[in-house]
Amino acid sequence: MNAVNASGWRPSMGEAGEGAGFKTASGDYGLMLEEALSFELGSSEKCGVDLDTPSRPAAAGLSKFLRKSAPALPGLTEPETVRHYTRLSRQNYAIDLGPFPLGSCTMKHNPRLNEKMARLPGFADVHPLQPQKTVEGALEVIEQLADWLITLTGMASVAMSPKAGAHGELCGLLCIRAALDARGEKRDVVLVPESAHGTNPATAAFAGFKVQSIPATPEGRVDVEALKAKLGPNVAGVMITNPNTCGLFEPDMKAIGDAVHAAGGYVYCDGANFNAIVGKVRPGDLGVDAMHINLHKTFSTPHGGGGPGAGPVVLSEALAPFAPLPFVSRGEDGRVHLVEEENAGEGHAQAFGRMVAFHGQMGMFTRALTYILSHGADGLRQVAEDAVLNANYVLRSCEDLLPAPFAKSGPCMHEALFSDAGLAEGFSTLDIAKGLIDEGFHPMTVYFPLVVKGAMLVEPTETESKAGLDRFIGSLRSLAQRAKDGDQSLHSAPHFAPRRRLDETLAARKPVLVWQGAPGEPGTPSLSEIGGS
Amino acid sequence: MRYLPLTPADRAEMLGVIGADTVDDLFVDVPAEARLSGPIAGLPLHASEMAVERHMSALAAKNLSAGTAPFFIGAGAYRHHVPASVDHLIQRGEFLTAYTPYQPEIAQGTLQVLFEFQTQVARLFGTDIANASMYDGSTACWEAILMASRITRKTRAVLSSGLHPHYAEVVRTMAKFTEDDIVSLKAELVAEPDDAAVIAQIDDKTSCVVVQYPDVMGRIPDLAAIAEAAHAKGALLIAVVTEPVALGMIEAPGALGADIVVGEGQSIGVGLQFGGPYLGLFGCREKFVRQMPGRLCGQTVDAEGKRGFVLTLSTREQHIRREKATSNICTNSGLCALAFSIHLTLLGGEGLAQLAAVNHDKAQTLIERLAKVPGVTVLNDAYFNEATLVLTRDAREVVRELADRKVLGGVSLGRLFPEDSDLHKGLLVTATETVTDEDIEVFARELEGVLA
Repeated sequence: MNAVNASGWRPSMGEAGEGAGFKTASGDYGLMLEEALSFELGSSEKCGVDLDTPSRPAAAGLSKFLRKSAPALPGLTEPETVRHYTRLSRQNYAIDLGPFPLGSCTMKHNPRLNEKMARLPGFADVHPLQPQKTVEGALEVIEQLADWLITLTGMASVAMSPKAGAHGELCGLLCIRAALDARGEKRDVVLVPESAHGTNPATAAFAGFKVQSIPATPEGRVDVEALKAKLGPNVAGVMITNPNTCGLFEPDMKAIGDAVHAAGGYVYCDGANFNAIVGKVRPGDLGVDAMHINLHKTFSTPHGGGGPGAGPVVLSEALAPFAPLPFVSRGEDGRVHLVEEENAGEGHAQAFGRMVAFHGQMGMFTRALTYILSHGADGLRQVAEDAVLNANYVLRSCEDLLPAPFAKSGPCMHEALFSDAGLAEGFSTLDIAKGLIDEGFHPMTVYFPLVVKGAMLVEPTETESKAGLDRFIGSLRSLAQRAKDGDQSLHSAPHFAPRRRLDETLAARKPVLVWQGAPGEPGTPSLSEIGGS
Repeated sequence: MRYLPLTPADRAEMLGVIGADTVDDLFVDVPAEARLSGPIAGLPLHASEMAVERHMSALAAKNLSAGTAPFFIGAGAYRHHVPASVDHLIQRGEFLTAYTPYQPEIAQGTLQVLFEFQTQVARLFGTDIANASMYDGSTACWEAILMASRITRKTRAVLSSGLHPHYAEVVRTMAKFTEDDIVSLKAELVAEPDDAAVIAQIDDKTSCVVVQYPDVMGRIPDLAAIAEAAHAKGALLIAVVTEPVALGMIEAPGALGADIVVGEGQSIGVGLQFGGPYLGLFGCREKFVRQMPGRLCGQTVDAEGKRGFVLTLSTREQHIRREKATSNICTNSGLCALAFSIHLTLLGGEGLAQLAAVNHDKAQTLIERLAKVPGVTVLNDAYFNEATLVLTRDAREVVRELADRKVLGGVSLGRLFPEDSDLHKGLLVTATETVTDEDIEVFARELEGVLA
């Protein structure tokens, strides 16, 4: 168990101790550390903050609202807190540890300069409702980033406030709804390719549209003829992902846009894959009316274990007037102004409303602007080129062992798509994914897009060096060969992670979503209590 | 370029393996007329770390940051002291640069944090369960209304006038598209919250009533009475908490009968950040779990029987259910949830109660002092750490004039309710533990000067 694995790394977690033939008294094995819940470690009386002592009791007016006892929440002192979370952090894989080739997620390096800039007190310690003249620098950041996004995409305007990609999709579709309302038209159908991200149909339904699915061609593209056949007076628009979720550019994007526009609809583009084309292609040149930009993908703001993201939406001339409040614009005096409900009447009266309480993800704006300024127009173009080069390198280095269903139709963009067809009986994508964990890598996106059997979508991003890619390719090839050979040990992978395969059925069948004990209570619910055997 | 590891030799060698002559050959599917031939004209080229730092620092310096002036602004975003260890820990690369925990075997750190977070939120709110976070308080509020509609199969929602106007505006905006029937009550400059008016609006068609606690003017509604009235008509009570520190002192909404409790978690651990990213909190009764939006983390066991955590009940979610999902939410606010969870772990239950008591103490000092300023009347009978003053003239001008004197002196109700001129003399002022007695004295003196 202590052997060096195929990627050249020693396993850092898991069975090493048991492999040595004994169990430790602590349950930890050297640097392989277990960690209890804060609820098992702490107590309500413990505190890691030295607080002032209040000088008086609650005011009489508050007396009838007071709670009878303090909330049952565990406290820890500072050293215990630091240790708890540091120990937990070591059970996570992260970009900082190695490649994270999740297709469609664009897990690239998160520069630490971005973090430093976001923490300048002038950005981090300003309130969203301060008087405008005390936050002119913050409004400048929003305006400068907006200007970059507009220029990079060749669009007319941008709505900055959406909080994440799916929220941006919603913003774009609501702009379309508002534009249709302004035209006095009721169109209630949105066309979505079957290969789309799940958020696309969910968003369309959330915005009150009916969803109709468009099939893919055998080459992995939108079936343009099928799409055209569905256009009509009830179609509000289409949602296209370009580059698409098969990792391919939609060459007929302009023709699709022309046909949709001719039929009175609008084109929404899912910009999740903008990293492949930033600085190389402007969506505005392809007939797009609205596209969200995941700042946490293309522009490197950290994913943080599941957010926060940011999803500004660039808009065409046709949709720009309907962008939600608040809005930042540069006036004729050259200064940046904040448009809110109070002053929207002066030039932004058609705004469809408001999507969030304040100005959007300011902390992400400072990080994204820092990233963009670091790269400049030339560096961003190089980002797209390197991301596409890396993906094609992975594609061509593995396609002899793993079927690449669309590789014949030409180069891929920033993602290489493989299928699990041809593995030994009983072996699938899941085995390769879990095997990658043992190899010291995060798995690729699996079983998405749905149009490919056992899909494996690999997005290396521009962050990986050639040496890093070669090591990853070596591991992927090794796993593919083992799965073809029927190596049973793959079925029980991962062997070296902090946990073996987890029972997701059990978790869903009898959900335990909160810890039930009192703070500081030792032990955990027994397995029988949580439905285990 | 410091972030790009490929060398020109690497690129050439890789193109050879691929069988392409140039990198542009890889973009062959892009129509030629749409391919840009070089860097977009008019944009700057790449810049050193030092140059970028200079540019950004100059922009930051144009803002008056809260720590450099007497600061009394709240209204849905609060300036609390965040211990240094919180920001250190969230910058651990294993947390900061991890993705949504889709591969639970190598994401137990994030998942255990989410399980702890869900438990903390549920206990703070007095609800059975809580989810792994939403974008912010305002979007959580709208999602709660949608959830109430799914549960009750009714679509009429009553919004208390004490709901933050931005939240109400988000709700009205979204409801335009879903055609839900939203009843908004009119805010008034009176000492008591609008409990009676809310109760009077509840009918058999009502899916939910939405009540902020404490409300946007700092008043404290009687949730138990509203819950009873709502339940009598088959409606749900959604409580909205924009200042969770208050729950260290006043009763948890769930304990008072709220069915769904949502809130803004920013005030614990997250910082002001000019409005985002923030943290949507979402708790509810356990029987509603399958109608909940957002990610949920649950406990399970691994193949060796060890306790572990996974994302669960994902059949509610968009990546499985597509257009039939309970919400379109995908990315949530994981790192802010981590910051909240760490800060709350540092405080503990007793610590949170003490922090709340210090806030209330400071607010009493502030309100008592400002009440002595000629031209100031205090509106509230009860308040936690913020209260509304009624001035002799439009408070928007007063706030701007105070800013000229380098005092960030609250939020005018005119900014929050621009269309409602009855409220324009209202000024919402807030004091947290970060306010000093000297700050209060400066504020009182400058306010006196402005009102004179």
